[in-house]
Amino acid sequence: MTTSPSERGVSLGMPQPPAPAYPDDVRARLEADAREVVARYPDSRSALLPLLHLVQSEEGHVTRAGMRFCAEVLGLTTAEVTAVATFYSMYRRRAGGDYQVGVCTNTLCAVMGGDALFESLQEHLGVGNGETTEDGTITLEHIECNAACDYAPVVMINWEFFDNQTPESIRRVVDDLRAGREVTPTRGAPLCTFKETSRILAGFPDERDGAVAGGGSAGPASLAGLKLAKGEAPAARVVSPRDGGPAEPPKGAVHDPSPAEHLGSHDAPQETSASDPAHPAGPTAEEGE
Amino acid sequence: MTLAAEIKDTSPEKLLAPVLSAFWDQDESWTLDVYRRHEGYEGLRKALAMDPDDLIAYVKDSGLRGRGGAGFPTGMKWQFIPQGDGKPHYLVVNADESEPGTCKDIPLLFANPHALIEGIVIACHAIRSSHAFVYLRGEVVPVLRRLHEAVREAYAAGYLGEDILGSGLDLDLTVHAGAGAYICGEETALLDSLEGRRGQPRLRPPFPAVAGLYACPTVVNNVESIASVPSILHRGKDWFRSMGSEKSPGFTLYSLSGHVARPGQYEAPLGVTLRQLLDMSGGMRPGHRLKFWTPGGSSTPMFTDEHLDVPLDYEGVGAAGSMLGTKALQCFDETTCVVRAVTRWTEFYAHESCGKCTPCREGTYWLVQLMRDLEAGKGRMSDLDKLYDIADNINGKAFCALGDGAAAPIFSSLKYFREEYEQHITGRGCPFDPARSTAWADRTEVHA
Repeated sequence: MTTSPSERGVSLGMPQPPAPAYPDDVRARLEADAREVVARYPDSRSALLPLLHLVQSEEGHVTRAGMRFCAEVLGLTTAEVTAVATFYSMYRRRAGGDYQVGVCTNTLCAVMGGDALFESLQEHLGVGNGETTEDGTITLEHIECNAACDYAPVVMINWEFFDNQTPESIRRVVDDLRAGREVTPTRGAPLCTFKETSRILAGFPDERDGAVAGGGSAGPASLAGLKLAKGEAPAARVVSPRDGGPAEPPKGAVHDPSPAEHLGSHDAPQETSASDPAHPAGPTAEEGE
Repeated sequence: MTLAAEIKDTSPEKLLAPVLSAFWDQDESWTLDVYRRHEGYEGLRKALAMDPDDLIAYVKDSGLRGRGGAGFPTGMKWQFIPQGDGKPHYLVVNADESEPGTCKDIPLLFANPHALIEGIVIACHAIRSSHAFVYLRGEVVPVLRRLHEAVREAYAAGYLGEDILGSGLDLDLTVHAGAGAYICGEETALLDSLEGRRGQPRLRPPFPAVAGLYACPTVVNNVESIASVPSILHRGKDWFRSMGSEKSPGFTLYSLSGHVARPGQYEAPLGVTLRQLLDMSGGMRPGHRLKFWTPGGSSTPMFTDEHLDVPLDYEGVGAAGSMLGTKALQCFDETTCVVRAVTRWTEFYAHESCGKCTPCREGTYWLVQLMRDLEAGKGRMSDLDKLYDIADNINGKAFCALGDGAAAPIFSSLKYFREEYEQHITGRGCPFDPARSTAWADRTEVHA
């Protein structure tokens, strides 16, 4: 389902015929949801962003029929809805895969390896930025900073966190997704499809058992300062649980990392500044000499 | 903290002050039960017993300043809301955390969402609001799940809804997921977005305190600012003021990232230094040295290893020529090409420019063209002046702070690393190997 260039081009020719309407049953179902969304706001137009997430949960992207639905529900013109739908990067404007794989290539992640991850995935999947694999499973893109810099480099799949990735670990994740195996993010619940994710974004809570608890209380980096303050030995620098590990997806939602899991056979023992006087770590090295 | 001996003390127990993060290591820390076991909703009881005006004065006296970047006093923002005007008042929490390097609100909401909800109820009592919104960036679904659940729990327990804890306060809380746009972190763009429009900043005045959401008086506060309020009420403003400095009191989350031995969240009194944080956490990754860092995200002018002892509070960082911002301490070591780093940030600003004003829309575009050429070794010496000139034509002349943010990495990198730019020009290319900067670079090296 690789998108053809014509689908991506900007149409400047003949005006398009009016957008098609949803079939009656779809419309009735979505109208009930839409009423619930609109009721959350003092002014109905505020419901537009969630409603665009809602129509995306129906078709996997924001279609002309979806925009027409939003316009009719909110008493707006389709032009007004289109203006909003085209502003925000989370709304897909053409069909995509069940899993939106976004590699952070903002400066910090890029430097820490995000560029290498993105390159590796493009080669592995045979798609470029914004393109979808032949089997319709994965849409690959690069994304901006996703507020997880202490877990760099980060990959987001359907907006769930895959922290501290390596080219090997993330290739394994996408292979698992394409093979239909269950995949659990580093922090969060087992992945659901892009459409199901869009429904959560529209404001409908995830009803799956254990979904809220998925990922435990906090990731290891989030606890770095707390553990130091409590005088607890801090965990070793976390690398991906998948790195050098088995191909099966991790079973437990809560991952309690141990050094044995973290260090693959190709990993050298990690040195600390204390054990390596020739290379004292930290900015104080020269001042201290 | 007056004695030199104390300043040199790098014992984490003395330098850190986990408050918001104090129980993130507990099982199910995000639940109401665990929150209540850690003094949760105690601050609210005290707040509800107070007159709203006294409550505003109390928060103002605590000296709490906005944690979203600008550092505006939180209590003063509340005080600006006109009272008795007959219009609805709104509280909007800015949870659009998207500033490159910033990663504090997302882990906070993941591990401890009730701290925010308690803070919201307190703030709404103060500003006399009966409807609050959390504008959460859409790209963080696990956090959205926990917010949905925390709000459900809070309604069920009577902390939200009608007649909260018998106080007569009615409050509804709506969790609203955004759809991907950095500019929506700008408070007026956020309000437009929350009204169902393209997220573009508004001209001020009128300020949101007078005409905000739906043209009604509105307070827009950052997540961490609001989440800090319950502990101030519960433990007292004097306790809060016992940390930090006179003008920058209290505790805050510092986010250490990049080429450091132990990236993560470090909650400490304001005024801690990067040297102290690095000393206690194992420093830079073994065998490497700090080259440049940002004190508060990519929009705050970068620092170098000369600035390790700058107190990380609003005044200290300001006096050293940058801004405390979001306390996003992105640290890069000597393997990192500063031209590459700035090019990528510049591409970010160009991508995220909303297009409303010309200096930012056009300026960021041309900055990207110049930076890409420079990084690829195709630049000329005169391009450096042109780069500075374009940045100067954006800085202070754009509609909102996004433009200033775009100029900051350019100015500061030219100030500290002009030679490195020149090397790219004279050497016709980048002298750095990006493979050496990756998180796994040294592992591979040893193996090879």
